[in-house]
Amino acid sequence: MSRLALGLFAVVAALFTAALVVGPAPLGVWHGLVALVSGGDGPAVMVMREIRLPRALLGLMIGAGLGLAGAAMQGYLRNPLADPGLIGVSGSAALGAVLALQTGLAASVALGLPLAALAGALIGVVLVLALAGPRGSALTLILAGIAISALAAALTSLVLNLSPNPFAANEIVFWMMGSLADRSMTHVGIAAPLILLGGVMLLMLARGLDALTLGEDAAEAMGVNLTRLRLTLILGTAAVVGSATAVAGAIGFVGLVVPHLLRPLVGARPGRLLWASAFGGAAMLLAADVAVRVILPARDLKLGVVTALVGAPLFLHLIYRTRREGL
Amino acid sequence: MTLLSLQEFSVTRRGRQILQGVDLQVGPGELVGIIGRNGAGKTTLMRAALGLIDFAGQSSLAALPARARGRAVAWMPQAREIAWPVDVETLVMLGRTPHLGAGQRVSEDDRAAVEEALVRMELTPLRHRSAQRLSGGEQARVLIARALAQQTPLLMADEPIAGLDPAHQIATMQLFAELAAQGHSVIVSLHDLGLAARHCTRLVVVDRGGIAADGAPREVLSAELLRESFGLRAHLQETPEGLIFQPLDVVP
Repeated sequence: MSRLALGLFAVVAALFTAALVVGPAPLGVWHGLVALVSGGDGPAVMVMREIRLPRALLGLMIGAGLGLAGAAMQGYLRNPLADPGLIGVSGSAALGAVLALQTGLAASVALGLPLAALAGALIGVVLVLALAGPRGSALTLILAGIAISALAAALTSLVLNLSPNPFAANEIVFWMMGSLADRSMTHVGIAAPLILLGGVMLLMLARGLDALTLGEDAAEAMGVNLTRLRLTLILGTAAVVGSATAVAGAIGFVGLVVPHLLRPLVGARPGRLLWASAFGGAAMLLAADVAVRVILPARDLKLGVVTALVGAPLFLHLIYRTRREGL
Repeated sequence: MTLLSLQEFSVTRRGRQILQGVDLQVGPGELVGIIGRNGAGKTTLMRAALGLIDFAGQSSLAALPARARGRAVAWMPQAREIAWPVDVETLVMLGRTPHLGAGQRVSEDDRAAVEEALVRMELTPLRHRSAQRLSGGEQARVLIARALAQQTPLLMADEPIAGLDPAHQIATMQLFAELAAQGHSVIVSLHDLGLAARHCTRLVVVDRGGIAADGAPREVLSAELLRESFGLRAHLQETPEGLIFQPLDVVP
């Protein structure tokens, strides 16, 4: 197991370094890293500290958060097809962002877009909690999440539909594809505390999720407080997914594919899968963000498009394997 | 010392009174069979006694804090749920959950408890197999081992022998009897009155929202009670092999 931890750590460290040294600016690898560490003035330091470092940090945090949230959601629902977007928070965060873009709030107010998205996420999580009830079952949570996702998607479509300005519509569509380009340290500052808080909340669920392997009744009889577990899960996921969507847009498939991919490596234990998926998610998102810059550097390829393009076939392969092994 | 005490115990679900005014005490060394027709409230009685569903009145188990209750009683629900393909040893280790504090690592005691449970259920050759790929009977044994690893004075099981072959049914009842002989207590619900009569030290009949009879199998399984509570006519005989019970006919 510690070999797995070491391996995942090495992969993430390598990809983080790659995310720092790959980019359109003509900077040597060594030169760039030295500029990053030593600081001072000059374009190299500017590129490294203001452009590449926040981008790499966001890839690391958001990927880790999405992987972790996916593993927690799958563990709670005892279903490998669950996704952190299931509770409707990513949809409502996207709606908040879209409204900010449409009304011009995003352009007129500093950080208007991420803050509007966070407000959307907050409304989404309050609605989910109100609909699903404090002591409801997993099923009511799924249904409430689906209802809110559908409503948020419908309202987002309505905004696009009524948008009088084709440029705003264009901007909205591109934003929704998800990207880490042109993000600053301020974005890191917005997302970091929430992702960290949500991540800690989700990591605390390890033992309860392990016990849930035996079903809700058995877990509760062994002293697991299911009401608290569910509330922690919803709030932790909302903090992670809401802030991730607020700064990076909708990035799918990380929370779905990564836990599925790593599950055999942790002996299928839901508790161990949490931290493993955090590493795995970080690796996947950093790799995708490097790929975005390498494959079509001139065309502004969107991150969410790449994760979906990579994630979907990977997922199909996993389904095929699952079917064959009856896992 | 009582391991379970229910007083003035009532359960209402969705506006329907399922149990009313139940009084039940279970002490150490007993193998209590909860019997009754489908829908009589056997599962409800056990789940409510554990505090898993709402009730009125008093239950000594439900009054305990959650983790203390997990060290006082092990509960085996009827659904044999194993959600992930974890290995047998890991699954049995889940029984140690109530003994571990937040962030506390597995100790030698925990490993010893798991080892003992694995040996007792003859699962040591299967310990590294995925629990999901075992046969139904093997899974039932793994889940019993999980409950044993919890090392509680009381074990409550909801139809633990349903769906097992006759040999495994008898072996399971013998295991429970063995636990009772060692001073633990076991409360099981079951439908096989023959096995209940042979192996349980005490039978509790749940019928019409209350306890219709409570006592030694020989006294409880009277012709009148069988007719009233089960709609059955049966043959009951004390033999050198123990009590033999065979249902013969359905009576209107």
